[in-house]
Amino acid sequence: MIKTEALYKIYQMGDAEVRALDGVSLTIAEGEMVAIMGPSGSGKSTFMNTLGCLDQPTSGSYQLDGEETAQLSEKEKARLRNQKIGFVFQSFNLLPNLTALQNVELPLVYAGVPASKRQKIAMEAIERLGLGHRVHHKPKELSGGQQQRVAIARALVNRPKLLLADEPTGNLDSKSSREIMAVFQELHQNGITIVLVTHEEDIAAYTERIVRFTDGKVVDDRRIKQKVINEEVLV
Amino acid sequence: MKFTENAIMALRNLSGNKIRSLLTMLGVIIGVAAVIVMVALGEGAQRKVTENITAMGSNLVMVFPGRGNSRGGGFGGGEPLISSVLPVIKDASSHIKAIAPEVRRNFVVSFGDNSMQSSVIGCNLDYITLRNYQIAEGRFFDETDLNARSRVAVIGSYVAGELFHGIDPVGQYIKLGVFRYEIIGVLKEKGQSGFGNSDDLLLIPITTMQQRIMGNQQLSTVYIQADSAETVDKVYNQVYDALLEVFQDETKFNIRNQAEILETVQETSKTFTLLLGGIAAVSLLVGGIGIMNIMLVSVTERIKEIGLRKAIGATKWEILSMFLIEAVGLSVTGGLIGICLGWGVGAVVSRVTEWTTVISPESILLSFGFSIMVGLFFGGYPAYKAADLHPIEALRHE
Repeated sequence: MIKTEALYKIYQMGDAEVRALDGVSLTIAEGEMVAIMGPSGSGKSTFMNTLGCLDQPTSGSYQLDGEETAQLSEKEKARLRNQKIGFVFQSFNLLPNLTALQNVELPLVYAGVPASKRQKIAMEAIERLGLGHRVHHKPKELSGGQQQRVAIARALVNRPKLLLADEPTGNLDSKSSREIMAVFQELHQNGITIVLVTHEEDIAAYTERIVRFTDGKVVDDRRIKQKVINEEVLV
Repeated sequence: MKFTENAIMALRNLSGNKIRSLLTMLGVIIGVAAVIVMVALGEGAQRKVTENITAMGSNLVMVFPGRGNSRGGGFGGGEPLISSVLPVIKDASSHIKAIAPEVRRNFVVSFGDNSMQSSVIGCNLDYITLRNYQIAEGRFFDETDLNARSRVAVIGSYVAGELFHGIDPVGQYIKLGVFRYEIIGVLKEKGQSGFGNSDDLLLIPITTMQQRIMGNQQLSTVYIQADSAETVDKVYNQVYDALLEVFQDETKFNIRNQAEILETVQETSKTFTLLLGGIAAVSLLVGGIGIMNIMLVSVTERIKEIGLRKAIGATKWEILSMFLIEAVGLSVTGGLIGICLGWGVGAVVSRVTEWTTVISPESILLSFGFSIMVGLFFGGYPAYKAADLHPIEALRHE
């Protein structure tokens, strides 16, 4: 699913050269659930952004679903983000003026799905996450856990192959965090590839592989026994 | 993504910020309304002046005394125009329908305790039809009055109102100098003209004017009416040639075509309209700058939203067009409201001041088009700024 070879991302900060990514070669198979960990400044976020085609590496190769991304134009990358990747953010990033349903519809709008079909698809996605009764609420009327579910529904609405989550539980209490991780585990069961960045060991424990970054390099990459949450969350 | 989708999103953003949108639009509203009203006033003035010049009579050529050369002196600074030119003019062209000489002078006229200054015009029998006057009551003077140099006068409606205050003027006597003149008729009201009040006058026989009052044969103006609109230019040229032959010097007389005067006046009022419209356009420009200002604020406020939209697959062009549509939405809505407002204000102004205002489709189209341009132009930079944001930096923005 994901294959990077010798990825470098080098910033020039004054006279100093900062290597945010320093030769990262990593392969993630389809259907894997991986946690990326590391102290701040270790390059894990830069790596995530590169995986999400939001950032361009200085050099190296990144293949997503067998397709080399380095040569893609801005427009093609936008298409790729829209069709193959779903993003979940720490701060949810829901648009405050739109209802939950309208937020979930947004990727469909950019995918060019006609308005008539859009609502039905978005409704299904949001109902799967158990928020069917709150679709017409604005984000500020929802709890943190509910907002993150809306954000996940939005990430899933275009049926992406890859779900990228950047500290998805960072703004949530432990109960909501567990619920969100249960959602991820169920999605994982359904075959979606999930990569999440976290600095919490107990969140990472819900995945099946932990990759650790330090100073832009992968320093540790091991499979772990996944801690399964026995909660039926998805409808 | 379809244009309509983008437009719906843009409009949703605008309606989410109603007060701000309204205040931003206000600049364009005032600008467009100002353009509409100013151009309406200018065009109204132009139409009014045109009407007045046409009301002077139709197919006219006018002869005035010469402006004179550097020697100066005398009436009009040159050679006086005297009655002996009339046969010359009459013989100059076969297309002349009527000739009406005029001797005009301001005098104080009085009736009882009321007195006023007015134009006293000595004229012949053709004058009244040629100048489009009509008798409201009484009669116009006739051949007998002309031959007898009678002291009779036909007065304009304004003079009748000022001097007689409701008394029937016909049959009354007014004093002009030391002599008494009998009022034999009153003219129908004609309204304001480009050259002063055309109801503020007294008509007396030209013979009375020249021989009893002025004591000479000088004329102020000779009105020549051509038999049709097509022959006006011909009459003009023939009269010009004939007069040149008599005077041997083109500075010694002055000949004008009504169409020529109309053109000059229209040219003047067009400049006036342009000037007014130009001043108003400046306020539209200021409105545009207001849009730019608020769009820049809006882009800054929504950096995170822009980042998110890019992350979920919006292209640069989609972001650019969303912000552009917002800006154009503001300016066009403002423009439409401004057009309605300008229309209303124009109507009120023309009712209150009795000026003519003309709201032309051109001025509506122009200001509407201009407001679209303002939106595109002043929305362009903020929209470009938004589209050009790097998704990561935008998402990280707090």
